[in-house]
Amino acid sequence: MYDFEYAKAKSVSDAAARLKATDGAKLLAGGMTLLPTIKLRLAKPSALVDLGRLGDLKGITVAGGIVTIKAMTRHADVLRSADVAKAIPALVTLAGGIGDVQVRHRGTIGGSVANNDPAADYPAGCLGLGATIVTSKRELAADDFFQALFTTALQPDEIITEIKFPVPERAAYIKFKNPASRYAIVGAFVSKGPKGVRVAITGAGDNGVFRIAAMEQALTKSFTAKAIEGIKVDPGNMLGDIHASSEYRAHLVTVMAKRAVVACG
Amino acid sequence: MATVTLTINGEKVTREVENRRLLVQLLREDLRMTGTHVGCDTTQCGCCTVLFNGDAVKSCTVLAQQADGADVVTIEGIGTAEKLHPVQQAFHEKHGLQCGFCTPGMVMNSVDLLQKNPSPSEQDVRHWLEGNLCRCTGYHNIVEAVLHAADTMKAKA
Repeated sequence: MYDFEYAKAKSVSDAAARLKATDGAKLLAGGMTLLPTIKLRLAKPSALVDLGRLGDLKGITVAGGIVTIKAMTRHADVLRSADVAKAIPALVTLAGGIGDVQVRHRGTIGGSVANNDPAADYPAGCLGLGATIVTSKRELAADDFFQALFTTALQPDEIITEIKFPVPERAAYIKFKNPASRYAIVGAFVSKGPKGVRVAITGAGDNGVFRIAAMEQALTKSFTAKAIEGIKVDPGNMLGDIHASSEYRAHLVTVMAKRAVVACG
Repeated sequence: MATVTLTINGEKVTREVENRRLLVQLLREDLRMTGTHVGCDTTQCGCCTVLFNGDAVKSCTVLAQQADGADVVTIEGIGTAEKLHPVQQAFHEKHGLQCGFCTPGMVMNSVDLLQKNPSPSEQDVRHWLEGNLCRCTGYHNIVEAVLHAADTMKAKA
C-alpha cells in the first residue's frame, strides 16, 4: 500500500477544510471499501481525513415520521436498532445483509452512500424510500444524489452528515446476492408511503441504482406482484459479468421486485 | 509517521507507525504477536479477526492510526496453553480445525458472538461466521464447537 497523509478530523468543518486544502484527499469513514481499494492500488489518495472520531456524526433518531441516521452510524448499529426495526424494518434487513459481521462492525451508511457502488445496498434503500441526503452544504433528494457508477452529486469538499428516511406504510428489500461477496447481483427495494410507490433496483443497472417508473405506476393501481410480472427492463441497460449476464440480471429485476412486493405484506 | 497508543489485551502499548500501517501489521510485525493471522489481506477470510472496542473486526482493514485509543483483544489475550478459553477448549474437543490457520479468527469472532448472544442457534452461528473462511473442515465441527462452547460457558456462569 502506498503511503498517504493522515489526519483525524476534529469536526465536519475541519474535515471539509482539509479536503479543500489538499489535492487528492479522501474522507475515511469505516474504510471497508476504501482501505481494500488502496491496498489493491486501485486508488491512490494523497491524504485520508478520518471521520471516525466525530461522535456527533453517529446515532439514530426517529421523530415526526422521519428516521434520521447520522453518516458515521455503522451497519451493525442500524441492524441492532429497535427504533429502526419498529419504523422501517426493511432497513434492518438491508443493513443485516451487508458484507459480514466484521464488515458491519466498521462500515457506515455515509460511506456506502457516498461511494455509490452499483452493487451496494444503501443506495437502493435511499432511492426506494425517497430519502434526503443531508450534507455539510445542503439537502439533496436521493433522486438527485445518485448520478452514475461511483458518482454522486457530492462536491469535492462536501460531506454527508445524515440521511433522513420518511417512514413508509410498508417497505421491503430483497436481494439476490453474490454468494462470496454478499454484494447485490440484483436487489429490489419497494415501498409505499408518503413518497408514493417507489421501486429502486441496485446491482443491475449499468448506470448504478435506478427506479422503474412503469412498475411504480402499476403498483399504484394495484399493489400486487401480479401487477408487475409483465414489466421487464432492457438487458441493454444492465451490467453483465462472470457472475450474471445482463440478460439474467434483467430477468432477476422483475423476479426480485415481485418478491419485494410480496414481502411488503 | 505518528504515535499511537492503544490497549492490547489489557496492556497500554505506544508505538511509532507509518500512516499506512495496518492494525494487523502493528500486532504481528511490530509487537510480534503472531497469533492473529493474515489469510487473504483483502477483508474476506476473517483470519485476522480481533475484538476492537468489543466488536469483532478484520484487523487487515483497520489502520493502526484508526486504532489509536482503542481497546483491542487478540487471540493471545483470551487464554493460555495451560488455561484455554472455553471457545478454544471447545474447538479442541470438537476438532473444530484441521490445519488451524483460520482458527484464531474463528475463535475471536465466536467469542464476540457468545458475548452478545450466549444461546445462539446453529443458524445464528453459521450466519455469524459468514465472514470467516475455512478451507479444510466444511465448517461442521466449527459450528459444533461454538455451540458446545455456548453450553459450557452457560454451565459455568
